[in-house]
Amino acid sequence: MKKSFKLIDLDCANCARKMEDAIKKLDGVTDATVSFLTQKMTVEADDARFDEIMQKVVKCCKRVEPDCQVVLK
Amino acid sequence: MTRKEKKALARILLAGVLLVAVSVWKPEGYLALAAYLVPYAIVGWDVLWKAVRNIAHGQVFDENFLMALATVGALALGEYAEAVGVMLFYQVGELFQTHAVGQSRKSIAALMDIRPDTACVLRDGAFTEVDPEEVAVGDTIRVKPGEKIPLDGRVLTGTSTLDTAALTGESVPRGVGVGQDVVSGCVNLTGVLTVEVTKPFGESTVAKILELVENAASKKAPAENFITRFARVYTPAVVIGAVCLAVIPPLILGGWADWVHRALIFLVISCPCALVISIPLAFFGGIGGASRRGILVKGGSYLEQMAHTGTVVFDKTGTLTHGVFEVTGLYPAPGVTERALLKTAALAEAASGHPIAQSLRRAYGDQIDAGAVTDVQETAGQGVTARAEGVTVAAGNEKLMAALGLAPAAGDDTGTVVHVARDGKYMGRAVISDRVKESAPAAIAALKARGIRTVMLTGDRKAVGEAVAADLGLDEVRAELLPGDKVAQVERLLEGKAPKSALVYVGDGVNDAPVLSRADVGVAMGAMGSDAALEAADVVLMDDDLGKLPVAMDVAKKCGRIVTENIVFALGVKGLFLVLGAFGLASMWEAVFADVGVAVIAILNAGRMLRGK
Repeated sequence: MKKSFKLIDLDCANCARKMEDAIKKLDGVTDATVSFLTQKMTVEADDARFDEIMQKVVKCCKRVEPDCQVVLK
Repeated sequence: MTRKEKKALARILLAGVLLVAVSVWKPEGYLALAAYLVPYAIVGWDVLWKAVRNIAHGQVFDENFLMALATVGALALGEYAEAVGVMLFYQVGELFQTHAVGQSRKSIAALMDIRPDTACVLRDGAFTEVDPEEVAVGDTIRVKPGEKIPLDGRVLTGTSTLDTAALTGESVPRGVGVGQDVVSGCVNLTGVLTVEVTKPFGESTVAKILELVENAASKKAPAENFITRFARVYTPAVVIGAVCLAVIPPLILGGWADWVHRALIFLVISCPCALVISIPLAFFGGIGGASRRGILVKGGSYLEQMAHTGTVVFDKTGTLTHGVFEVTGLYPAPGVTERALLKTAALAEAASGHPIAQSLRRAYGDQIDAGAVTDVQETAGQGVTARAEGVTVAAGNEKLMAALGLAPAAGDDTGTVVHVARDGKYMGRAVISDRVKESAPAAIAALKARGIRTVMLTGDRKAVGEAVAADLGLDEVRAELLPGDKVAQVERLLEGKAPKSALVYVGDGVNDAPVLSRADVGVAMGAMGSDAALEAADVVLMDDDLGKLPVAMDVAKKCGRIVTENIVFALGVKGLFLVLGAFGLASMWEAVFADVGVAVIAILNAGRMLRGK
């Protein structure tokens, strides 16, 4: 499943790159892109565990860039 | 300016005033350190805090860390004013950068402002405003003049003109009336329309286009990937270099303070931000700028490829030509009028749904009572015979005429020839061909002026294909191809092309999906509302105008130039300052310029992509 999320206060391009790298390495994540320009994150991951994986993704973002918030709808 | 930016500006101004005050006052010893620490803390506390926090999170080499290290190092070396000044300068640069990026982002967002906010839907006999996503297929919506059409649908009542500029870049409004399809994202200009919704919002044209453009950022161009990979090794390499610079020379030459200072300068220069931000920004600006002109590009990589176009391959029918057949020549036999010839042909073809039959009936113009035509016999590969007005009528090729015992006149016609006979007598022939698009000759000429080879593929007869090609000035024709042959032809052209040049295939997206995906860049035309074309192609021209093709290439070229400029400029300046820093020729101030100054200039350069026509 592929879903995109809005990001708030994503302030630097290099951080977006680092977030993307870190999210891609998470277990269960097939692909991820973090776009600094659109302030959006797209995550492709296992359907069955999607919510659980998203929790990890949010935690991961917090670690890399504590100022940035992921909006989970 | 946003609130955040205003706050940053206030801090910078306050710290600046304090710095000037302290330098005028000139305190001594520890008092000096204490006095300089005040503006330092005001302007730089968040950088220090982020540096500490990020190290705790295992993120070591980021710019906060580099700036903290460099300025704390300067404080330790007793260069108080420099430490404050550098931090101040850095924050000014950051502010500039945030503002410039925010501005670019806003203008891109404005370019793609086609998302409708509300839909006015008929519920229980009254129109109410709802979110477009809540409207179902079959609902009736009302669109007043000045409003955007929120969902794809068919007009139930009303006539109006639509501004399709947001989708196609075409500024001439288009008229619509009852029964016609309308596409979401267009702006209704003159009359009130009620529309029956035919697609849910998620599948409407406007939603598809937005999704496509937003996802475009994820298909990274090689230049973007290069930068990402580069940044990954670059920062650690520079930090290691800085450590070496701080330790190795003083072990031999002595003078620790000087070398540590040089190492700090090294660190400040090292941040890769200018590159990491300006390259994707240029591509994104290119995609945004193209979409404003009715050209959808699905990713930065296609822009990069288009900039190196060497060959453009066109499909004929529907791409270079309208794909609509028209009677282009009438050659009646002696003693027969053109009108009589057309009437007989139209009678014979009265019941047929074939495009050629339709074109004959259209050329005749008057209504034909299909019920008065009897005994219709269609012979595959020959034509039609029927009884009408008490006589036998026939329309078809030479074989049909031969079967009727007639010898038709031959001619070197470029098109499909239909011979007509009435009551056993030869009436003459009609030539039917496809009309070349008005925009085609200029577009081909523009491509050739850029030194691009043009090739046309067609399933038509050789004579027809060659006539069209000569008409348009195309370099090559490959005619009499079956649909499967087109892929093989494109593959052969791909093998034969120069290694760095790209092959662009232009089709209408109807049944050439395999060819579109096989080419380096697949361009689909006239895609407004066509799902198949939107999905199969890499680049989509929203309307039928072939003139958009050279425009797309110009956008791609400009984008490629800006990307190269930014890479060369940023790496060049940084490289230069790294060398100067190592030899002790660059001060901390210049180092900060090499970092944020370069970033700001590169961003401004990328912003050029958004302007211009």
